[in-house]
Amino acid sequence: MGFKTVFEDCDILVVGGGMGGTGAAYESRYWGRDLKIVVAEKANIDRSGAVAQGLYAINCYMGMQWDENQPEDHVRYARNDLMGMVREDLAYDMARHVDSTVHKFEEWGLPLMRDPETGRYQREGKWQIMIHGESYKPIVAEAARKSADKIYNRIMVTHLLMDESRPNRVGGAVGFNVRTGDFHVFRAKAVIVGAGGASHIFKPRSVGEGMGRTWYAPWSSASAYALPILVGAKMTQMENRIVLCRFKDGYGPVGAYFLHLKTYTQNAYGEEYESKWYDHTKNLVGEYIDHHPTPTCLRNHAFIEEMKAGRGPIHMVTKEAFQDPHKEVIGWENFLGMTVGQAVVWASQDIDPKYTNPELTTSEPYVMGSHATCSGAWASGPEDVSPDEYYWGYNRMMTVEGLFGAGDALGGTAHAFSSGSFTEGRLAAKAAVRFVRDHGKDDIKISDKQFEDLKSTVYKPLENYEIGRNEIVGGTVSPSYILPIHGLQRLEKIMDEYAGGISNNYMTNEPMLLRGMHLLKTLQEDLDHIGAEDLHQLQRAWELRHRAIASECVVQHTLFREETRWPGYYYRGDFMKLDDENWHALTLSRRDPESGEWTMEKAPVYHIVD
Amino acid sequence: MTRCDGCGHCVDICPSDIMHIDKTYRRALNIEPNMCWECYSCVKACPQNAIDCRGYADFAPLGHSVRVLREEEKGTISWRIKFRDGREKNFISPITTEPWGEKIPRLADLAVPSEEALESQLLCYEPDALNIETGLPTIDKSKFKQGVYY
Repeated sequence: MGFKTVFEDCDILVVGGGMGGTGAAYESRYWGRDLKIVVAEKANIDRSGAVAQGLYAINCYMGMQWDENQPEDHVRYARNDLMGMVREDLAYDMARHVDSTVHKFEEWGLPLMRDPETGRYQREGKWQIMIHGESYKPIVAEAARKSADKIYNRIMVTHLLMDESRPNRVGGAVGFNVRTGDFHVFRAKAVIVGAGGASHIFKPRSVGEGMGRTWYAPWSSASAYALPILVGAKMTQMENRIVLCRFKDGYGPVGAYFLHLKTYTQNAYGEEYESKWYDHTKNLVGEYIDHHPTPTCLRNHAFIEEMKAGRGPIHMVTKEAFQDPHKEVIGWENFLGMTVGQAVVWASQDIDPKYTNPELTTSEPYVMGSHATCSGAWASGPEDVSPDEYYWGYNRMMTVEGLFGAGDALGGTAHAFSSGSFTEGRLAAKAAVRFVRDHGKDDIKISDKQFEDLKSTVYKPLENYEIGRNEIVGGTVSPSYILPIHGLQRLEKIMDEYAGGISNNYMTNEPMLLRGMHLLKTLQEDLDHIGAEDLHQLQRAWELRHRAIASECVVQHTLFREETRWPGYYYRGDFMKLDDENWHALTLSRRDPESGEWTMEKAPVYHIVD
Repeated sequence: MTRCDGCGHCVDICPSDIMHIDKTYRRALNIEPNMCWECYSCVKACPQNAIDCRGYADFAPLGHSVRVLREEEKGTISWRIKFRDGREKNFISPITTEPWGEKIPRLADLAVPSEEALESQLLCYEPDALNIETGLPTIDKSKFKQGVYY
């Protein structure tokens, strides 16, 4: 294929310009005044990442200036919600900086609502503040644009490059331009991965035309995980997928409804149901059910059990709250600001929550590290608050030298959300600048062979299609290739049926996981024969590759953890109970880049606050 | 007839790369609705207000509409929701409190931070931007506990 190769040499390469990546670009410029900072983004940074359509709340703000919360409180909250386990050092570190990020957002023009009585930011709940955030992403993107030397939009980064003169040192990344087809080789002294987590690895509830109506954005293609995994970085808590309780079909968020509008749930017969499942849940997880607030997974668990018992649908009781015109406006604007699709569902089905209590559902699982779960790469914490075992020189550096992460990419930091991801990007950037200062003189060797080999791999799907297409009259059925959508649907089906998806009520076990693993392996083999008709399909082919690699990692982790830590997110039928004696530990994996073999280990949990 | 004039703003902004220009008609279309998130980025970006959305066929009955007008100069976004049964709701919200982009700093223009600052745990504009008197919080490492209980 005659695509030209474009070289870009820089000091810091930021892969992905979402909240984490924009934060990284911004902060890199402050500390690395004379450094060359480049961002490679798959879409357009003005509307990319999970915040593309906006947000109606910032879910992580301490409010230290009014002594509302301290970083210690955030650690307690996050670990409680995740049933006892997060990287407390990383969580604390993010939390102590996040307020300064939010204050800057306000200065830049992001409309933060104020409580008319106190003059403070309008709280939605203990952690959330309410915003008019339709333009959250364009505002933040402008900050990145003013900081970076160059922002490349529409580059799908497919692989990281490694330094050939030393083991385990990153040297840049490669990808292709989805518009021109050009092959881009970025040689960098440090790389910050700010790419997206994983939607569409489990079969979604919506089918056909609506399959894009996932909770997390369909463009979150697990690149946050695949890129580090492929170069042998260690990953953590990849089994800790998240299932969301949301308004049915549109996946409209429930946070403002529960916390601010004070709506509540009931079963189809108008009964409160969560307390009914107390004894049952206690039998599975012990005293964790008595924690406050009740961990999200356990509330999901009651929802799922109530549905299984035949008393669905579960409704959100909105009729009372929506009689207040102010609350009615908030209820609608909440969707318009971040999940327009829910307003579309209600308009089309004539659901006015003032007169009808809308249905709720539990979503298909997602794997991501910035919302309420903490899957991602295993990274060093900051020097002053990390246990020795968690600190290897540079904050947010993964187990590959010079490779940093933020947002979904970083493991162990649950409940970071948008503001926390931007803050993590800032933390990673400052550390990356220090890394470049210390190691910037190293001569990084990347042979022509390394990127030329990758180049032929990257464009292979176009070749597969061009050749295979000659064998058939037309249509989508070919004996020699499958299309990206075919591969994606197979992946979703495997994960759904064997790794704890919706069709099995989130249940799995060892035999199912082993079978799933086998099917994933054959899928991986078939992905060498994927056919892409054009550059758009080539992007889909590589998104699928990334999703498939991340899925393998998820299955390995799920198999390794022999307990059910988060009922309501997934169940190990062969180990139905939470087992603190053996599993109050973080899980780590590493895929050997040469052999493709996985090794698993446990890492201790350190509790840095009481 | 479509109001689309083929300007390509929607193609440029779509996070999912699904808005493309039809090669024959030279107008934009959604080539892959099943990878659409209904984020409305294309709708907001269209200077001709030419993009109409219909809910996904697998669960949204016909006859509804959700339309939007985003006005950067005015700093507002306006929504009109039409139900299948004809009811209508209108909402308007601010999108920024400042003239577009003007208050976002160019960090390269600030004083160069010291080597000592680079070694510290502080980020740009900290500790001032934390709005607290006590400086960046930290924690006593000797109190860390390993294991189950907390």
